[in-house]
Amino acid sequence: MDKFIRLTATACPLDVANLNTDQLLPARFLKVPRSAGLGTALLHDLRFDADGRERPDFPLNRPAWRDAKIVVGGRNFGCGSSREAAVYALWDYGIRCVIAPSFGDIFAGNAVQNGLLTAIVSDDEAATLISLLGEKPGRAVSVDLERQTIQCGDQSFRLAIDPVGRTRLLNGWDNIALTESYMDDTAAFKLADRARRPWATPAGPE
Amino acid sequence: MSEPLTLFDKLWAAHEIVRRDDGEALLWVDRHYVHEGSFNAFSQLKARGARVAEPGLTFGVADHYVPTRGSRRVIGNPEIARMVRTLEENTAAHGITLFGLTDPRQGIVHVVGPEQGLTLPGLLIVCGDSHTSTHGALGAYAFGIGASEVAHVLMTHTLWQRKPKRMRITVNGYLAPGIAAKDIVLAIIAHIGADGATGHAIEFAGAAIRALSVEGRLTLCNMSIEAGARSGMIAPDETTFDYVKGRPYAPKGTAFEDALEAWSALATDDAANFDREVELNAADIAPIVTWGTSPQDALPIDASVPDPAGEPDAARAKYLREALDYMGLMPGTKLTNIAVNRIFIGSCTNARIEDLRAAAAVLAGRVSKVPGLVSPGSSAVKRQAEEEGLDRIFRDAGLEWGESGCSMCVGINGDVVPPGERCASTTNRNFRGRQGPGARTHLMSPAMVAAAAVTGTLADVRPLLRGRKV
Repeated sequence: MDKFIRLTATACPLDVANLNTDQLLPARFLKVPRSAGLGTALLHDLRFDADGRERPDFPLNRPAWRDAKIVVGGRNFGCGSSREAAVYALWDYGIRCVIAPSFGDIFAGNAVQNGLLTAIVSDDEAATLISLLGEKPGRAVSVDLERQTIQCGDQSFRLAIDPVGRTRLLNGWDNIALTESYMDDTAAFKLADRARRPWATPAGPE
Repeated sequence: MSEPLTLFDKLWAAHEIVRRDDGEALLWVDRHYVHEGSFNAFSQLKARGARVAEPGLTFGVADHYVPTRGSRRVIGNPEIARMVRTLEENTAAHGITLFGLTDPRQGIVHVVGPEQGLTLPGLLIVCGDSHTSTHGALGAYAFGIGASEVAHVLMTHTLWQRKPKRMRITVNGYLAPGIAAKDIVLAIIAHIGADGATGHAIEFAGAAIRALSVEGRLTLCNMSIEAGARSGMIAPDETTFDYVKGRPYAPKGTAFEDALEAWSALATDDAANFDREVELNAADIAPIVTWGTSPQDALPIDASVPDPAGEPDAARAKYLREALDYMGLMPGTKLTNIAVNRIFIGSCTNARIEDLRAAAAVLAGRVSKVPGLVSPGSSAVKRQAEEEGLDRIFRDAGLEWGESGCSMCVGINGDVVPPGERCASTTNRNFRGRQGPGARTHLMSPAMVAAAAVTGTLADVRPLLRGRKV
């Protein structure tokens, strides 16, 4: 997994509350294997009209924000379906960090697994950032995960993130290797648990 | 005296293998359900050359992509056929039991798990689907996971989690006739918001919850995720035990007696603390429909859609304008004046036998003014409905009687609502484009969908139930 330590890049405002994973990646693109790349499908039905033409007023379609690597969103970003491919779509498009007041729990977990930073700021701070970006499209934002700061122009904000997720992102850690180091604990748990809860093993089928 | 614990504390403690100093715990998984959408995780497994750690605790179900209209013998769309075939290949390669397309036990994973007795009180259950919260209805700790977590569970049958906060939602009193579990959960989401329970595990409690059947409880816990909670749960009781007993994979004989003893302890202790408590009165809950593009946009059927002009908060006004624009609604329109183009009865939320009976009770002897699809929650539900003659009622009303799968709830199998059309639906998400690009979804209970079918508009089901046996 790629590390995330700090990043200075163009940030695109997406001032939408409850931007769910059905929006981030519509269901019909879920058949696409990861190897094919999902960047073009990101926010597909908001970026493109029914005939597949770009909607020129959608922020990511504006020249200043096309190459954004950071998105500033609204509350409950990534709520809804557990589809991890929503994170793949953001990643494949080039997004490495989403800043928002809150995230869907499953989305935030999926993001960490893929090296995408979900940085939490307050509602007011998100609104301030969105307005700063709107005033000067194409403006860069600096995100420092080590110091947990966001810098935009002369304004600076503190970012919050689950400490375990932060450590994993800073180090690019993968969980599987970590879990394997607990194999003996797991085997012992399983043995004791089988005796303690024999009914937990499926009985059937009849 | 030991510290009083919540139901969730007890479930968590029973599955904790280790807890690190940073608070992250490694949890043992009792059941892992996989479906066609789990292909990314199987690819990760293959890339690592790994095997499935516990094939006996892993079960596959074909539901997300399977056709739900017409013949299922040949799948016309090659991409969809490939998805169904890939699940067959992956489960066969790893020795995982599959309830595949032609299996009589096939159905939607969140209907099949409880139905087959795989979902039991006291278990930790995961699946790569956010509506895994459903299984908490039987007193399990169940939550949806992403593809990387699915791969982790396949390889280790464990999962790293940080313990969520505890939230209790108590619904006091009793529901009035014609009000269903769906109305309760939409009322809760409207009250606390679509992110009201983010970071929490919900326990549903109170007299109105106790009075629900297991089917109703499954509907309620199913939509916990629409309030932001990865899991929702209800302490198991006699209703639960009666439901579980005799199901194919449930414990038998003395094992069942032992299980009952363990399950009976799965309740929140009297003095236990929650991080957050919410209370509602069942008597205040009317039939509810959604008008907007989030499940929190829900109102009683006698209300009118909001008017952004009367909204003092600018951000909220913008949200309302955008939602109304997408939904093609004028501000202030009475909900009962909104005409629908079609209806859908199905999904892991509301396609169990009780749901089909509730819709049929309204539709019996009546004709639907709009086309619609009824997709039973499982092949077993389909057979039972046919034995009860419910399929005749739906067909006689002019509706299509389909097969079981996720179908028009998510539209992955190609069953979609055409652009711009308005659908009264028993599903769980009224997101933009959820039922197909440009589709407009109104969420409600099965009886309320039947009322919309009969009247051609969003409608209060209660007058239509007068003099009828429900």
